[in-house]
Amino acid sequence: MIEVVELTKVFGAGTSKPTTVLDEIDFTVDSGEIFAVVGPSGAGKSTLARCLNLLERPTSGKVVVNGEDLTALGTSGLRDARRRIGTVFQSSSLLARRTAAENVALPLEYLGATKASTRARVADLLDLVGLADKANLYPHQLSGGQRQRVGIARALALKPSVLLSDEATSGLDPAATDTFLNLLTEVRDELGLAVVFITHEMDTIVRVADTVGRLDHGRIVEHGRLDDLVLDPDSVLGRALRPRGPAARAGADQAAIDVVYNSTSVPADWLTRLGGRLGIPISVLGANVQTVDGIAFGDLTVSVPADHVSAFVDAAAELGLSARTTQTPGAATDPADDHDATTNDILTTKEEVAV
Amino acid sequence: MSTTSHLAAITVPVDEIPDLLLPAFVDTVLMVSIVMVIVLVVGVPLGALVHNLAPGGLFPNRALHTPLSWIISIGRSLPFLVLMTAIIPFTRLVTGTNIGIAAAVVPMSIAGIAFFTRIVENSLRSVPASTIDVARASGGSNAQIIWKAQVPEALPSIVGGLTINTIAMIEYSTIAGTIGAGGLGYVAVTYGYQRFDQGVMIATIIVLVITVALIQLAGDALVRSLNPVTNKRVNH
Repeated sequence: MIEVVELTKVFGAGTSKPTTVLDEIDFTVDSGEIFAVVGPSGAGKSTLARCLNLLERPTSGKVVVNGEDLTALGTSGLRDARRRIGTVFQSSSLLARRTAAENVALPLEYLGATKASTRARVADLLDLVGLADKANLYPHQLSGGQRQRVGIARALALKPSVLLSDEATSGLDPAATDTFLNLLTEVRDELGLAVVFITHEMDTIVRVADTVGRLDHGRIVEHGRLDDLVLDPDSVLGRALRPRGPAARAGADQAAIDVVYNSTSVPADWLTRLGGRLGIPISVLGANVQTVDGIAFGDLTVSVPADHVSAFVDAAAELGLSARTTQTPGAATDPADDHDATTNDILTTKEEVAV
Repeated sequence: MSTTSHLAAITVPVDEIPDLLLPAFVDTVLMVSIVMVIVLVVGVPLGALVHNLAPGGLFPNRALHTPLSWIISIGRSLPFLVLMTAIIPFTRLVTGTNIGIAAAVVPMSIAGIAFFTRIVENSLRSVPASTIDVARASGGSNAQIIWKAQVPEALPSIVGGLTINTIAMIEYSTIAGTIGAGGLGYVAVTYGYQRFDQGVMIATIIVLVITVALIQLAGDALVRSLNPVTNKRVNH
């Protein structure tokens, strides 16, 4: 497991214009858990990654792996500390003049492992990532997805207990992203890794993360279990995790209502039940229902006759749904803004932080 | 008639030109080879050092980088003839003489090292910064990162620079030849220039052009074989 305690990074400390890039970050990732960190560019994601694998010394705070504080180690211990955390970098970070096998062997070479043990370990790792037949190919002969699988194999070479994935799916096509995420989940299960998955791609999070943290201006502003966040109607992250197109406009004398639910507590035929019970027509204006860990999460905009809003909200609450009138009236009349705007808040640059 | 016979007497007959050029060619090869070994042994580590002392390197240190960079720049900026003449006292200190191959090797090595250090530095600069991150995160020491990541990745570029450097050293060897270092430069100046012996001059030029062309071809072939993208022998 990895514990991050009050991790702070200030660039230009002691100068007249210090920039706080990371501001007392706290989180814990248990073995076998995937923790996703999302945020707009400039939020401090890449600095966080560099502090976690100690390419950058944090200004203060701790990175604790399996009970050992890596930040307390001296310069000589730093190399050992880095070996506890395997890092999968952005694509094309393989050495161009080394074959796939030689790239995977790099950390073992640096460690001083014997040729025979290196060969055996590299063969195992390439087998694990499904590239046993590509061992002697050079990076330019591999696809982007294959290169990233070599990157995973290299990150696992020294049997780390923590795997850090730094924007590893950026630039991969959807099929390669799929394979990468499946492989990540597989090695997590097989090796019991604590995984820190840093990304700006919301759709990848829904597929792999157990917990999610939203990084903004160097702080984790939202943090929770993925299934809780997906259901939380107040969560900015939750909204971004439930992507859907713009809802239709509510008709005359109709009121738009946002409804969020999950299938653990709400019957699948809730819409029919509510309609029958209230005896009113209910129109669906927009909807997204997706499954996370076998649980269906629904996020809908419906419209009911304007004078039945409170009755609908009460009845929905009794069935276990969370319902509320669409907050900004503009959203119903100009629905295009709603979810898009929220997603953009998370994913687009607010302010570039100079690094 | 007498003028013609006089000129004929000091012109080297065509069939004797090889006997004149071959020892000179061997001297040039010897001089350039000795110099290039020294240049390689000193230039690669020095280039790696300068590159990694610079901001963004493995151990950035402005206080060391600036003076070191200046010294190399001074070595690069002096025309070879001036450098060679200026350091004669140093050359005599090192070799005990200021003529001959031994004396030529000293200024040629200094000029060559300054040249090659910049070439190595420039080659290392073209290695993506992510390579350093990867090597560091893989637990590499600074020495391991330099010798097992940076230099190998930059090797085709360094070898390409080595070719350029070797050819430049042939040029320098001819300049050194004028102060009695021997070699093709000496032959070209004494026979071709001072005695207007056009036959020797043309023969020297032909030998030099062929030598340079062969070095360039060999260098290019080596660069191709070192680059996995262009190496035809890489298994697909």
